[in-house]
Amino acid sequence: MFKERPSEISVSSLTGESDMTKVDARALSHRELNARLRELVSSGVQRIELHNVYGQRYIGTDLDKPVKIDIFGTPGNDLGAFMDGPGITVHGNAQDGCGNTMDNGEIVIHGHAGDILGLSARGGKIFVKEDVGYRAGIHMKEYQDKKPTVIIGGTAQDFFGEYMAGGILVLLGLNLKEGEGHTANFIGTGMHGGVIYMRGEVQEFQLGKEVGVAELNENDYLTLEKLIGEFTCHFDCAAQEILKCRFTKLFPLHLRPYGRLYAY
Amino acid sequence: MKTYLPPKFIAERDDSRCIRCEVCVNQCTFDVHSYDTEDDEIRSREENCVGCHRCVVFCPTQALTVRRSPLDYRENYNWRPEIIEDIIKQSETGGMLLTGMGTDKCYPIYWDHLVLNASQVTNPSIDPLREPMELTTYLGRKLDRVELGSAGLKTELAPQVKLELPVMFSALSYGAVSLNVQESLARAATEMGTLWNTGEGGLHPKLYRYGDNTTVQVASGRFGVHAQYLDIARVVEIKIGQGAKPGIGGHLPGEKVSVEVARIRMIPRGTDALSPAPQHDIYSIEDLAQLVYALKEATDYAKPVGVKIAAVHNSAAIASGMVRAGADIIVLDGLRGATGATPKIIRDNVGIPIELALASVDDRLRQEGIRNQASIVIAGGIRNSGDVAKAIALGADAVYIGTAALVALGCTICQQCHTGKCAWGICTSDLRLTKRVNPDIGARRLSNLLRGWSLELKDILGGMGINALESLRGNRLHLRGVGLTDTELEILGVRMAGR
Repeated sequence: MFKERPSEISVSSLTGESDMTKVDARALSHRELNARLRELVSSGVQRIELHNVYGQRYIGTDLDKPVKIDIFGTPGNDLGAFMDGPGITVHGNAQDGCGNTMDNGEIVIHGHAGDILGLSARGGKIFVKEDVGYRAGIHMKEYQDKKPTVIIGGTAQDFFGEYMAGGILVLLGLNLKEGEGHTANFIGTGMHGGVIYMRGEVQEFQLGKEVGVAELNENDYLTLEKLIGEFTCHFDCAAQEILKCRFTKLFPLHLRPYGRLYAY
Repeated sequence: MKTYLPPKFIAERDDSRCIRCEVCVNQCTFDVHSYDTEDDEIRSREENCVGCHRCVVFCPTQALTVRRSPLDYRENYNWRPEIIEDIIKQSETGGMLLTGMGTDKCYPIYWDHLVLNASQVTNPSIDPLREPMELTTYLGRKLDRVELGSAGLKTELAPQVKLELPVMFSALSYGAVSLNVQESLARAATEMGTLWNTGEGGLHPKLYRYGDNTTVQVASGRFGVHAQYLDIARVVEIKIGQGAKPGIGGHLPGEKVSVEVARIRMIPRGTDALSPAPQHDIYSIEDLAQLVYALKEATDYAKPVGVKIAAVHNSAAIASGMVRAGADIIVLDGLRGATGATPKIIRDNVGIPIELALASVDDRLRQEGIRNQASIVIAGGIRNSGDVAKAIALGADAVYIGTAALVALGCTICQQCHTGKCAWGICTSDLRLTKRVNPDIGARRLSNLLRGWSLELKDILGGMGINALESLRGNRLHLRGVGLTDTELEILGVRMAGR
């Protein structure tokens, strides 16, 4: 497991424009690729294009500068884990654990993302054009001015927003057909903070028992307008069309879910 | 509802000695003592007494005695007073019984059934006062082989942490214990050349300067985990479980999430801080490997990454997986491991004794030829340097002490940690109480304890004719068992005394 590859594989980096560096990741292990990224970022490179990415994990981990990274191919699990600042754009799909415990930065995925998207994130933004897997937004939390935000264009699997302790989750369902609803169950199970906005109807049986349903107020709409505006900028679609549809707001019924559990 | 719980303690006051100074009134956090101005008398509500002896120690005239109330229920081996009282508590509250510290049940303590060897006639003992003795311990992955070149070592070594003695302070999180306690631990660890452990409550900026002697924890709640936290640390430890509550999560109740605790954990004030039972990204050894390597990437492969589990039935197989997942240090926390709050039923019934877990894990890793790939650290019930020496001989690289360290700071193991009202100012976030631990004095008490244990360890080694702890490590021939069954001896890998 994780045998390091022989070190004689050379990093073939083709420097293009002066402010942008291209890296061919084809034969690089995750360790080599991340070492290369660290090296480039510390030398002051502002924009990096990674080509031929084939499932390398942890891309962008340990980067704390606002560098822009474009990924062509499929990055592996834990993309941007513990990340603090960079902006990553994936021109393809992302796998599991994207944005794990992320502190700050932005991840834009022009495709699908796997399970536990944004796990325990404390800040930053994640935009996904298509669908996401199970447990998206699990245990996200907010702190002072940090508010992790995840906006998903498609739909999600079960346990969406599980254990959520803060932040904003938006599920747009843009790829659902007429009359089709989200199929996720156990939405917001264990939720005790933050807010979930879902475009379209959601049935009560789909929700965790800790979740309440409310109409959106003016502030909610302002938040949504802003976020959907950013979403449409990233993915080149019309914000007004999206906002026309009815939204449902989900919120935690209790901030102290474990109040009456113990005998002293 | 009238409680059927009888008082557990009797607080007796010798009126001829009492000078009405009200120290007991002010020191008690459980509202036992009160001063009646009209009668000029100090009274006691004994039903509130938890037996922590704070008042007894601080009474300037030794006027107070606190002793167990003789609970003269009709004798019954099956329905003991504790069992009756637990039922009473639950029938009055309808909740899970919560408690603090490690289990107080009479499970066998194998340390007390193992004895160490000494040199007599045929091999000389060493006098540690006159000859150098080596307790230095290096934690981290040791390579299968190294190559020497003309300019010295050619092979790049895995990151190692040097300890001056094989004793570290267990994870005690901020929020569970106070900043003063953590500062005491951090300063003592720095002075004595060992490590203290943040637990999963984040790291206060005031303690950043002790980073070289700090292990930071990454647990299921991921509280206070950020880039700087990982950068500052000497070791990063993934916490899967702990001996006092194997398999279950925990939470810091909102009442304890004060402004400062919220700031360090990076959560809003007054919310329950939930540490879910599993880590959401770990459902397998492969997933564990993913987090181990995520943390190695995040720290540029410069620090050992440890993984801590509670000692359970199949620890040996799990430990093998942990090593293969890339853990540089594996931590086993046994049945007697303590905590700031745990459901009593879990604390007292789940997990296995650390001695058996250690012996079986060490055996298993040796059999698989991977023992060198990770250091083994054990926790849960190490009480003195004799336990440490026996643990090293059984195969541990180092031990964690938690309860022993807290006792050095004043803890009398009254098991009220979960109430947040610790009269000794240790397990509380109440600023009125936390100042009862002075970091200057606390650090000195802890350093003294470690110094005393170091001297004793050297004496033990010298008596065996060994001048380096490394020669005792995993050397079970230096142990013999007393009062153990054949199966116990077989698991521990030691011979019966006399053989």
